[in-house]
Amino acid sequence: MAGMFIDVVVAPEVAKDKDLAAKLTEVCPVAIFAVNGNGTLKIAEENLDECVLCDLCIEAAPSGSVQVKKLYETE
Amino acid sequence: MRFYEYESKELFARHGLPLGQRAVAESADQARQAAADIGGSVVLKSQVLSGGRMKAGAVKFADTPDEAAAHFDAIMPIVVNGQNARSVLVESKSPIAKEYYVGITWDGRRKLPVLIFSDMGGIDIEEVAETHPEHVSKTHISTILPFSPRVAKEAIGAVGVTGSELNRLTPIISTLVEIFLHYDLTLAEINPLAQLENGKFIVLDGHVDMEAEARDKHKALLDDLGIQPEETRQARPPTDFEIKGAQVDASDHRGVAGNVVGFDGNLGLVIGAGGGSLTLFDAVRKHGGKPANYCEIGGNPSVKKAKELTKLILSKPGVEKIAVMMNVVSNTRVDIVARAVIKGCIESGRDPAETIAIFRIPGSWEDEGFKILKKYNVEFCDRSVSMYEAAGRAVAKMS
Ligand code: SF4
Repeated sequence: MAGMFIDVVVAPEVAKDKDLAAKLTEVCPVAIFAVNGNGTLKIAEENLDECVLCDLCIEAAPSGSVQVKKLYETE
Repeated sequence: MRFYEYESKELFARHGLPLGQRAVAESADQARQAAADIGGSVVLKSQVLSGGRMKAGAVKFADTPDEAAAHFDAIMPIVVNGQNARSVLVESKSPIAKEYYVGITWDGRRKLPVLIFSDMGGIDIEEVAETHPEHVSKTHISTILPFSPRVAKEAIGAVGVTGSELNRLTPIISTLVEIFLHYDLTLAEINPLAQLENGKFIVLDGHVDMEAEARDKHKALLDDLGIQPEETRQARPPTDFEIKGAQVDASDHRGVAGNVVGFDGNLGLVIGAGGGSLTLFDAVRKHGGKPANYCEIGGNPSVKKAKELTKLILSKPGVEKIAVMMNVVSNTRVDIVARAVIKGCIESGRDPAETIAIFRIPGSWEDEGFKILKKYNVEFCDRSVSMYEAAGRAVAKMS
C-alpha cells in the first residue's frame, strides 16, 4: 500500500548497505524503514503517510541518496 | 464519574454529615441481617448509577428482616434506565417532618461552582425552580477565597429559612461545599436533606459526581471506596459506536482521537484542542446544526488513528458531511490531521471536497496542511475565522 501523501525513495546502493539500513531504521520516528532478513533495507509502505517530514533520514544517509517526496506538491 | 449512593454516603460519613444506620447487601441473607441489625422499619434502595429508582419500583420499605430479604430479591432484577443494580442499600426508615434540597454544581457561564438550596426537597429541583422559583436560591462560590459558612447562611436564608433550622442546616451545607471543592466534584447533591420529627437533620439520599480527570489525584479515596480504575461509571452503557471509538483511541498511544459520543444528527464532527470540542459542539448547535457525534482529538494523533476516527464517524448512519475543526493547535499538526481526514473520506468511498464541510485547524504546520487541503479541493480557513464562524459555515452546507 503506497503512501497517498508521502513517498520515500532510497538509492539502491544505500538500500543494500546493512549499516545504513540499520541507521535509517533507527532514526525514523514513525517506522517507515525496516530491514529484511538479510539486513537490507525495506520501506514499510503502510507507514509512509505517517512521515513527519523531520529529514532525519536525509541527514543520516549520503547526500541525495534518500528523498522524501510530498505527493501533494506534484501534479 | 458518578458514585453509587452507598459510596457517596460513605464519603459524606467521613466528613461528619448526619446519616442513618445503613448497610450494603449483596444477597437476600445480607439484606435480612442488615434489617435485623438496624432494627425497626428499613428502606431498601437499588444501587444503580441513575435516578428514577422510586418510579421503577427499585425502592421498597420493609417492617421485618424477612420482608427485607424478599424485597432484595424483587429489587435486584429491576433495570433502571438501562442500569443493572449492583447491590441494595438497606437503611433505617426515619420519621420525616420536612424535606430540603441542596446541591452544588458548576455554572459553566460564570465558571464558578453554584450552591442551589431549596426548602422544597424530595422532588425534582428543576420542577421546583419552574413552579416555585421563590423556594430556590442560587449562590455562586469562590474557588479562590476560603469558603465561609456565611455564604451557606445566605443561601439558606434567601428562601426564608430562619431560626434553629438555619443554624442546623448551615454546617451541613458548608461541609457539602467543602467536599465538593476538595474532591474536584462536578456535582454534590443531597435530596432530600430531611428534618426529622425530633428536629435533627439527616441525609436521606445523595450522590456525587467526580471530574474524571481528577481520578488520579483522588486515587486514595477511590481505592478506599473500592472503585476500580477500569470502571468508567457513565450514566448509561456505551453504544457500539462509542465502544468502537474507544478502540480507535486505544489502537495507538500517540495523541487522542476518540472519546466519541453518538447523537442523532447528520453532521459528523472531528473536533478538539484545549476545550475546543465543547465550544465547537455548542457552536454547531447554536447555528441550528445537528451533530452526529461529539469527539476529542488532540496531542497529535497518528494519521492512521485520526483516519480511523474519521471512518468511524462517516460510517454512522445518517452522517452526510463532517466538519473538522479545532482551536489553534500547537502540539497537534495541521498537516497530519489533514492527511488523516482526507484519507478517511477516500477509504470510506467519499469525495473529501464534498464530504468535509469545513476544515478549520490553524496552528502548527498549517501551511503544509493547507497545501494538502487545496490539492483535494477541501474548503479550509485559518485563525482569522473564529471557531463559531467556522461552525456556521459547516452548518450552512447541510441540507
Ligand atoms: S523524514 Fe523523518 S519521518 Fe519521514 S521518512 Fe524520513 S525519518 Fe521518517
